[in-house]
Amino acid sequence: MKFPLLKPKSVTEASQTFTFSRRTMVLGAIQGGIGAMLAARMAWISVAENEKYAMLSESNRVNLTLIPPRRGWIIDRNGRPLANNRTDFRVDLIPQRVVDAEGTIRHLAQLLSLESDEVERIREELDKSARFRPVQVSDKLTYEQYAAVSVRLPDLPGVAPSQGFSRYYPAGSTVGHLLGYVGPATAEDYKERRDPLLITPGFKVGKDGLEKAFDQHLTGKPGAKRVEVTARGKILRELTTRPDMPGNPIKLTIDAGLQEYAGRRLATQSGSVVVIDCANGDVLAMASMPSFDPNSFSDGISQLEWAMLSQDDHVPLRNKTLQGLYPPGSTVKPMVALALLEAGVGPQETVGCAGAIRVGNTLFHCHKRRGHGAVNMRTAIAQSCDIYFYQMAQRVGMNRIAEMARRCGMGQRFDLPFPSQSYGTVPDPAWKEKKYDQKWQVYDTVNATIGQGYMLINPLQMAVMAARLATGKQLMPNFLHGAKRPAPASVGASEEHLAVIRDAMSAVVNGGGTGGAARMSIPDVLIAGKTGTAQVRRITMAERAGGVRRDASLAFKLRDHALFQGFAPFDNPRYAVACIIEHGGHMIRNEDAPMIASDTLSYLFDPKKATEKLETLEKGWGGTPTERQARQMAAFRLARAIERGEVPPPIADNGSNAAEADNGATASPSPASNESDAP
Amino acid sequence: MSLVPQPLTQFPWRVMALLLAIATFGTLVLYSAADGNIFPWAVNQSVRFCIFSAMALVLSRIPIELFSRFAFPAYGSVLVALVLVELIGGVRGGSQRWINLGFMLLQPSEFMKPIIVLAVAQFYARLPVGEIRRWNAIWPALLLIGLPWSLVLIQPDLGTATMILAGGVTVMFLAGLPLRLFVGSGLALAAIVPIAFSFLHDYQQKRVLIFLDPESDPLGAGYHISQSKIAIGSGGIWGKGFLQGSQSHLDYLPEGHTDFVFATMAEEWGLVGGIVMIGAFMLLFRWGLRVAMRTPDKFARLVAAGLTTTIFFYVAINLMMVMGLAPVVGIPLPFMSYGGSSMLTVMLCVGIIMAIDRSNRRSSGHRNWA
Repeated sequence: MKFPLLKPKSVTEASQTFTFSRRTMVLGAIQGGIGAMLAARMAWISVAENEKYAMLSESNRVNLTLIPPRRGWIIDRNGRPLANNRTDFRVDLIPQRVVDAEGTIRHLAQLLSLESDEVERIREELDKSARFRPVQVSDKLTYEQYAAVSVRLPDLPGVAPSQGFSRYYPAGSTVGHLLGYVGPATAEDYKERRDPLLITPGFKVGKDGLEKAFDQHLTGKPGAKRVEVTARGKILRELTTRPDMPGNPIKLTIDAGLQEYAGRRLATQSGSVVVIDCANGDVLAMASMPSFDPNSFSDGISQLEWAMLSQDDHVPLRNKTLQGLYPPGSTVKPMVALALLEAGVGPQETVGCAGAIRVGNTLFHCHKRRGHGAVNMRTAIAQSCDIYFYQMAQRVGMNRIAEMARRCGMGQRFDLPFPSQSYGTVPDPAWKEKKYDQKWQVYDTVNATIGQGYMLINPLQMAVMAARLATGKQLMPNFLHGAKRPAPASVGASEEHLAVIRDAMSAVVNGGGTGGAARMSIPDVLIAGKTGTAQVRRITMAERAGGVRRDASLAFKLRDHALFQGFAPFDNPRYAVACIIEHGGHMIRNEDAPMIASDTLSYLFDPKKATEKLETLEKGWGGTPTERQARQMAAFRLARAIERGEVPPPIADNGSNAAEADNGATASPSPASNESDAP
Repeated sequence: MSLVPQPLTQFPWRVMALLLAIATFGTLVLYSAADGNIFPWAVNQSVRFCIFSAMALVLSRIPIELFSRFAFPAYGSVLVALVLVELIGGVRGGSQRWINLGFMLLQPSEFMKPIIVLAVAQFYARLPVGEIRRWNAIWPALLLIGLPWSLVLIQPDLGTATMILAGGVTVMFLAGLPLRLFVGSGLALAAIVPIAFSFLHDYQQKRVLIFLDPESDPLGAGYHISQSKIAIGSGGIWGKGFLQGSQSHLDYLPEGHTDFVFATMAEEWGLVGGIVMIGAFMLLFRWGLRVAMRTPDKFARLVAAGLTTTIFFYVAINLMMVMGLAPVVGIPLPFMSYGGSSMLTVMLCVGIIMAIDRSNRRSSGHRNWA
């Protein structure tokens, strides 16, 4: 069969050889051509695109990791650290690199012997975490644990051990509300700022308090480490390291020793103490207890600890000094008295106190049912006679009192480096008109003069009031050491009037007044002050008839707040103090506001003696706040376990219950304690 | 007459020196790929090279008629082996290529690469001169190629199948079939393949390639090629220096000692190393084609040119793959990639070409003498 497509053409042996040679040459040319093409292609990749590929190769080879900058220290007025950095070995999980989450967590839990609630927290955070945000496993590893995790890295993808610094607060919970705490940046922060530092394991931002307010100042510049890594992520060697630039320190006006003392001195109570330097308004201590421990908050708090803190009726999560508002009670009386003096009331004018007074159609009682008899201003303040103030206030009118109250710092919002601040109320006719659209009534004045009704104050404001009464100057509270401030304006009271008030306040403590418990143990230092009791419930006529119930018989939430404000020394004030005990009810003398305030001030005069007293007292309270909180935590954990049925409930007089029982005893005041002598 | 004794002048000095140079360079690269260690690759490779070189030299002394006589029987037995592979072969990496002989794994498709050239050459050598432009000159050759091609393709092993096809078609081309056939079918193929391919979705196209050769892409499409390009591109003109290649030493380059050995080399020796390598291979092909052109015997010259082209396909496909111009099909680079069977095949080819060269010299020597 012939090829239909082809013309018949004679093919000979010779022509075939010729064809072969020609075609072989063509083949050779094609091969040469392809060879040249390949050489050209290679030249294109390695010369023209060299830069691009060299960069890709480098980014393959070199892994750049940021070194979180050390946070600036927070130091007290004497240079003692309130917050510093501790070297630590830590392990984080990078969620997006984790392959088998459950297996990895189990492995780590076993390797690092983690508590079950810690494991739960890690699991939960891993579930919720944005994929790129590291989840902290632990940051308090020993070197052995760190090494144990490090050698197992090839089997644990997504686990990132590192050596770094973590925030440490030597004073623990006593500085919790003052300084706040630090924690990993939130996913929102990162989405907003896109700063890779925010998702670097170990990097923390300020979350509350001064840590948050001065976050930028405290945050330094990150260092960087270039390491050579294989395709499987194994680190071969460090190439270069640029060290981090630590953040700037902050020097506070706080006295670290006093701050810790104040926090511990608050005992088992829910309360706060503020101490202000009368010379310039510097805040020397601002404690709110109980508090969270910023160390454990900064480490990533377990759900269990959070549950315990949020269920506690002593509200450890609220900063009472700035966010707690309380009726100031009788602590406003010196301020009212100053207003009376300004309005022309003579200090020796007397009012007869018969135990009650009718205002309109309501009967207002003095706290002393039998009455004080004839009282002048000094006695009225010293004995906290309500009737005197009811009478006198009606004479001068609310506006003059409200005006003085404002000059003394009540209702004033201070410019403070804290995220939130409740600043209370100074009621007057205009305020009531505006707020409730109601006319001011005489009984409103009567209520306000004894710091009840609409009047509200926070502990810091109360300390400011004490400082202003002590100095006659409108001191402003301040936290930054050496901050420049304009000279304070005058409160507007004459020195003569102030002397009257100071003398009367001294009589409260030293002259047989209601604040005898605040008498100072330091010889030659006399403290001046004013006690207060703030009712949180209405006392009905029926109850009054049957005898007012003592606080000890009431539920915690219904007990009166106990307050004290004052300064020392009374004749030449150096320090002003305020103390509020929530629902304290004046039940335990050594845990009541006057003595706490006075002991706290005594620390400034004789720290050794004050500390000795505190240590003796603490034995009765079950140890330092840290020890008590640890026990509370253990008890809570046990209770939870019983609730879930993981642990059998303890049988009566079972030894395992000891911690809880112990804790219970310290938490609830014993009825046998002597009762306060002061309303 | 030369003073040098005849066996020495007949020894293929130049080509052996060339191969030794390439293989030595390859061994150096393998030494580097093993992080500066002669184990496990460099030693094995050089031992293999010595053994296979000896084998090639033995082959070169076999008379050409013997190859001619055994072309079809050899073809037949390898074809049977391919069928057996399909029936009882071992599955590895998703494709069925191996027969386990107990002491070794035999990959018959590898042998088919040179043998298809021998078989098709033998067919055209026997074909009477006048028949070359008839149908009878085409369909038996197509059958010869088509059978092993389809058997290898269903293994599946796209790379080897392509080489078998290319080797056979090259011989057909050289045998003197009308040019328009090649131009026509080339154009038709060029037209059909992209059209057919373009009807597929992107992922299907990828899947087709992966289906045709599952070993090519186990980690995700493109990883091999992009890492290979990074290795070559980052080498620059002079390379990063011996033992300094980060892509290969830090395991970013997959298969850095086998299919992607050229990238390992290029990273450390740069464009210069690459050009030298390509040049060396070109010299080898030039030698092979020159042997073919010197050969009067029809079978021998077709075989010489065909086998040269087979080696060329190894090199060209591998380099195109490594430089990102072809899909990853798993064709090693002769003398460089670590592995025994490819070196065996290539040395078979070289040995046969040397045998043809030798018989040429003898006959031309006779002629001169006469």
